[in-house]
Amino acid sequence: MQLRVNGKTRAGRDGLTVTGLLADLQLHPQRVAVQLNGEILRREQFPEVVLKDGDTVEIITFMAGGTGEGGAAW
Amino acid sequence: MTQDPLRLGGREFRSRLIVGTGKYPDYATMQRAHEASGAQIVTVAVRRVNLDRTQESMLNYIDESRYTLLPNTAGCYTAAEAIRYARLGREVGLSNWVKLEVIGDEKTLFPDTEGLVEATRVLVKEGFIVLPYTNDDVVVAKKLEDAGAAVVMPLGAPIGSGLGIRNPYNIRLILEAVKIPVIVDAGVGTASDAAIAMELGCDGVLMNTAIAGAKDPVMMAAAMRHAVEAGRLAYLAGRIPKKLYATASSPLEGMIA
Repeated sequence: MQLRVNGKTRAGRDGLTVTGLLADLQLHPQRVAVQLNGEILRREQFPEVVLKDGDTVEIITFMAGGTGEGGAAW
Repeated sequence: MTQDPLRLGGREFRSRLIVGTGKYPDYATMQRAHEASGAQIVTVAVRRVNLDRTQESMLNYIDESRYTLLPNTAGCYTAAEAIRYARLGREVGLSNWVKLEVIGDEKTLFPDTEGLVEATRVLVKEGFIVLPYTNDDVVVAKKLEDAGAAVVMPLGAPIGSGLGIRNPYNIRLILEAVKIPVIVDAGVGTASDAAIAMELGCDGVLMNTAIAGAKDPVMMAAAMRHAVEAGRLAYLAGRIPKKLYATASSPLEGMIA
């Protein structure tokens, strides 16, 4: 299946959960927020939510910034 | 200074200086500047993870046992967008504190105060501790207080401008009008600007560019720490009134005829 992850197309295996995707990307689940198709997931949902073909995933974290800097993330 | 903590959002802080994480030449310098500033709260932006791993994570340079991370909604131009970023920030950091920014204009980065008040109202209802970046307008400050903001954070001058506290009288009006703390956010260029904000009676100062953009950010961070402390002490000590004419400080008695 095809996913859209942080603006880039990415192939994913069937049955892939959000936790699985984060593991594939070597991301620590404690340091990120995940938005799936416009909806923000709670961290405890990560192991349960199974991704589907065409899903749009945004993986968000803290970056350097003060006041008013940078554009929107997406 | 430990007898005089900053009370904010139900917590107490020794330091009245809040610093950013943007614009440093590198993360090691940022880390040393944070240390030198004595700050206990650092602001961070909420952004997409960089999936190509060309950049190291900033979070490796912030000891979260020492610093409270304050996610901001920088770059948001509508209330809806700012609310979404606040919620995302809460999921990343598992903290309900947010430095709320709703920007109204790209060139000046002045806040859209209408959107700001609206977003504050929504986020407060959701249990957020809202720290809004606003302009130096007393009416908006009162609206933010009514909306449940934990603090009002008026700008001293446009973000990153380094122009200092351009309208100290407006800041004073805000100080008189609201019961919640007042923290000057943005506009500080050098140490005396921070001292002026504190001498006015502000509860704290938030800055990023003034430190990160200095030739020596670590030294400037130390300067800002001293300026904030000096300004606070001067405010508490109570300055002498300004007078047009001189008043001798040595007695005239005992002078030779």
